[in-house]
Amino acid sequence: MLGLNRNDTLLLIFVAIITLAAPILMNPFPTESSLAQFNAGYPDLMQRFVIFGIFAIGYNILFGLTGYLSFGHAAFLGAGSYACVWMFKLFGYNVLPGIVLSVIVAGIFSVAIGYISLRRSGIYFSILTLAFAQMSFALAYSVLGQDMWGLKGGLTNGETGLQVYSNDPQIFHSEAAPNLPHLFGVPMRETWIWEYGAWQFQFNAGFYLCAIIMLVVFYLSMRIFRSPFGLMLRAVKTNQNRLNYTGVNTKPYTLAAFVISGMYAGLAGGLLSAMDPLAGAERMQWTASGEVVLMTILGGAGTLIGPVLGAGMIKYFENIFSKINKGILEGWFSFLPESVADPIVSVLYLFTGSGWHLTLGLVFMLVVIFLPGGLVGGLIGAGRRLFRRGGGKAAKNTQPTPTSQAAE
Amino acid sequence: MAILQVRNVSKRFGGLQALNDVNLSIEEGKVHAIIGPNGAGKSTLLNCFVGRLIPDTGTVMFDGKSLLGIKPHEINQAGVSRVFQTPEIFGDLSILENVMIPSFASRDGSFKVNWWNRADREKDVQDHAEAVLQEIGLYEKRHEIADAMSRGDKRRLEMAMCLSQDPKLMLLDEPTAGMSRADTNATIDLLKRLGETRGLTKIVIEHDMHVVFSLAHYVSVLAQGTVIAENTPDLIKGDQRVKEAYLGTEAE
Repeated sequence: MLGLNRNDTLLLIFVAIITLAAPILMNPFPTESSLAQFNAGYPDLMQRFVIFGIFAIGYNILFGLTGYLSFGHAAFLGAGSYACVWMFKLFGYNVLPGIVLSVIVAGIFSVAIGYISLRRSGIYFSILTLAFAQMSFALAYSVLGQDMWGLKGGLTNGETGLQVYSNDPQIFHSEAAPNLPHLFGVPMRETWIWEYGAWQFQFNAGFYLCAIIMLVVFYLSMRIFRSPFGLMLRAVKTNQNRLNYTGVNTKPYTLAAFVISGMYAGLAGGLLSAMDPLAGAERMQWTASGEVVLMTILGGAGTLIGPVLGAGMIKYFENIFSKINKGILEGWFSFLPESVADPIVSVLYLFTGSGWHLTLGLVFMLVVIFLPGGLVGGLIGAGRRLFRRGGGKAAKNTQPTPTSQAAE
Repeated sequence: MAILQVRNVSKRFGGLQALNDVNLSIEEGKVHAIIGPNGAGKSTLLNCFVGRLIPDTGTVMFDGKSLLGIKPHEINQAGVSRVFQTPEIFGDLSILENVMIPSFASRDGSFKVNWWNRADREKDVQDHAEAVLQEIGLYEKRHEIADAMSRGDKRRLEMAMCLSQDPKLMLLDEPTAGMSRADTNATIDLLKRLGETRGLTKIVIEHDMHVVFSLAHYVSVLAQGTVIAENTPDLIKGDQRVKEAYLGTEAE
């Protein structure tokens, strides 16, 4: 179906169902229960899940297929964010032109940065991309954030962040349209709440826009993975030297992968602004670039679904795990005598609340050491082992190599 | 007719004169062996044919075009394929994919963003790759990951990758290095068979005299960067200069 083989079609359907049903699946605990704090089904977080999923899907086309480790993709995310807010400021709050422009702007940026960075490979490539991203951050944060060309706050409005003011032109804005980001009149913030027994589910317009876009770009990335173009990119990762002697000019292939992944990042940045019309320079910072690397490796670089999974996990940790404060921990261990509970709580507290990075770091270390193919690679490996035990020789010769057996 | 013309090629690395005024002429449809002791400049010479090195002086003409200063992928697109001394394959990919990649390169040129079609639905390329694998005897293993193969199989795979491109000239850098006697003989048989069915022009760099004398139509002997003798294998065997420079030191 849709030009995909059976496994890929099933995967796409599976992802589509999970994504579209996320408002229900992410809220498994009744609103009043003590576990409700682990519910992730509120619009703001679900939007982040899919937007960073898009970012990671795109990043995976570069890193997962060609093996080029870019440490500067946040620059394209930031460029897309700024572009989208500028569209709001100049033409009005419809998100469609903003999203389109953010993809185009990020594409132009990535052609320029990619062309120069790809003159080197390996660690030097990574350093070049990091340098470009930090330059972009510095430009956005200070240089372009000063009053210039008669613009108050310059192009980026510095550390305040770019936002829409009431005296902005917004030339296509009509009185009938809502005064916040909308798609042909449907505000992104519009949320329909469904009460079912003790449960409450929130269906948000912005989330569904992002989710549908994610499914489309996920499908496009599947086409790329399975195409001759994708095969060439995987060959670049395995043995670029051989590929050159095979009559393939590898430079334009790597540049194309770089630009495609940059455009995915721009799309994610545009959607971030479309959900909340405020773009700050911190989106370009190196920590943001590092985050997408973590997402991709955690989920499984070179696998189709891995990066989305990794993005979901990191955003869940960031937003939910960080909420577990000392009081909650004390509540959990209140059944123990105080002399036992107190040490346990004080140790666990290091890993929760504002210490969530520590837990993430441990998880990341465990995955990298024990599951080199990421979470998805680990799942495939476990599945194969089970299958082999049951099915005998059927699984022969199929080593869990996420690069070539990325379907599952 | 000479398909490859090498004229007055010299190459110096610092104080070492690696190649000194080398002249070669490779006839179409023939197997031409280049032999010589270690450090004679054989690999340097080969690297000058594939764009990895640029000689200091001299010309390398292939099929009427100069090969100097053009990139490796352009040289391949012109019809020169190379088998490396240590097998260079796409280790993480399947054997079939390994052969499909050069086939795509032959069909689509050095760059084409063909991202919508499915690679395994490109019937012409797949059928072609499978036919080559049949010919070389790796068809049954086509879905295995290339890195899991034996060294001999990897070398055969690399030959399949070159053959799939239907090259005008095939360069083989010590195709039997590190192989057992049985594997070496199998490789000789394979190369002979390919010579009969395809009539390929080949340049073989070899250490192993057994391989050279069973395959080559013509032999050039390189010593200290210079061609000291050129003849048919039978006459090379009896050449006194060759014995002194090469056989005397190597095969005592």
